[in-house]
Amino acid sequence: MAVSGLIMLGYLLVHMYGNLKFFQGQDKFDGYLHETLPHMFYPYLPEGGALWIIRVLLLVALVVHVYCAANLWRRNKAAAGYVGGKRYHTTQNKTGVQRSYASFTMRWGGVILLLFIIGHVAQMMPNWLSPGGASDSKYDRVVNGFDLWWVVLLYSIGMIAVGFHLAHGFWSALTTLGQNHSTTRRGSRWTAISIGLATLITVGFLSVPFAVLFFGAGS
Amino acid sequence: MNITVRVWRQKNADDKGKMVTYGVENVSEDMSFLEMLDVLNEQLTLADEEPIAFDHDCREGICGACGVVINGIAHGPQVTTTCQLHMRSFEDGAVIDVEPWRSGAFPVIKDLVVDRGSLDRIIQAGGYISAPTGSAPEANNLPVPKVDADHAFESAACIGCGACVAACPNGSGMLFTAAKITHLGLLPQGQPERDSRVIGMVEQHDHEGFGSCTNIGECTAACPKGIPLDTIARLNRDLLGALAHGDA
Ligand code: SF4
Ligand code: FES
Repeated sequence: MAVSGLIMLGYLLVHMYGNLKFFQGQDKFDGYLHETLPHMFYPYLPEGGALWIIRVLLLVALVVHVYCAANLWRRNKAAAGYVGGKRYHTTQNKTGVQRSYASFTMRWGGVILLLFIIGHVAQMMPNWLSPGGASDSKYDRVVNGFDLWWVVLLYSIGMIAVGFHLAHGFWSALTTLGQNHSTTRRGSRWTAISIGLATLITVGFLSVPFAVLFFGAGS
Repeated sequence: MNITVRVWRQKNADDKGKMVTYGVENVSEDMSFLEMLDVLNEQLTLADEEPIAFDHDCREGICGACGVVINGIAHGPQVTTTCQLHMRSFEDGAVIDVEPWRSGAFPVIKDLVVDRGSLDRIIQAGGYISAPTGSAPEANNLPVPKVDADHAFESAACIGCGACVAACPNGSGMLFTAAKITHLGLLPQGQPERDSRVIGMVEQHDHEGFGSCTNIGECTAACPKGIPLDTIARLNRDLLGALAHGDA
């Protein structure tokens, strides 16, 4: 769970770096996507080879992550000892003492993310699903899509979900790997780092759609 | 003060169980929570009703027997054991919900009493050192760094109450297991069995049907002995180390 999550987090950071090239204009952005990326490690790897390695790695990471999550969900539900559909019958302190919103939305937040990823990949297939109009320039497709408010809305939901998921997930992964020696869940240095990282990713990814929709970037 | 208590009543392991409401009058705010239950039980006995079964022994916060969930929080609103919780922590006229620990690994025996034998079996799977007994050795023969001694001592304070499991949304016993791993793993006497200990205890933990840790941290917030969360990272580190060494 931790390792596959960290692999995907690493990819997100690189992905965000690529997205931010949008602000350098159409030539740089399309050049990066159509020229730089397919020639990564060329001539050591064939054209597009590195991209395929990354795709396979990510798919494996995603499958492992979802499989582990489903397994955890099933086992932990049994372990919590529900009686009559509830664990504790009191209506007081439903959300515990200190657990964060991020930590108890890991599961449903994760499901939202999975749906988002499926939709996102379908959209990125060459002119497969192109809200706002198809084009051979990825830059144009980004602008066309994010000109529509509902695309930006769906995208924002996905990015906020990823932010919450990471705020707990990064912290948790480090603990699972035995590296995080915080003595409390709240108020530790690693808590601040995880929240900072999650915010960076959410804001970084949202900057492009917001720039297109609200400031007319690219048109 | 006068209060209303809603208690989980369950005749035996097979009974379905339900919350039952009782009024308790003239409760002194200096009473402990268990003394308040004693008063309620006297009241029930006089009315020819079955008294409420609850676990307790030392009543001074060291045995770990007395755990119940009060208003949805393990051991109630203060960070202490139920026997050390006083009625002054509640308002006059309060409605207080009392339930047993909930976990698949803690079957309810009767009312508020659960079977915590699963924790004992985790200890049996490695929570010890094999050393000859006899008179105490000379303390200065075996130097232990002060920092390690302090951390080990902090973890040794676990009383095995099970509040961590009751508080954990996953019903995981990781904090309990991790306290023991940390305690013995930091001391020289614990080194020979360090790898087999962590593997044995984690295997037993999973075998008993406890859940898996997702690092939420409710356990530390509920622990009456303040076992810190970094013990869980230590457990994971030991486990990864043991798996890498190939000592199963
Ligand atoms: S770790 Fe704390 S809450 Fe868990 S059994 Fe030990 S003393 Fe009780
Ligand atoms: S009765 Fe021993 S700790 Fe409460």
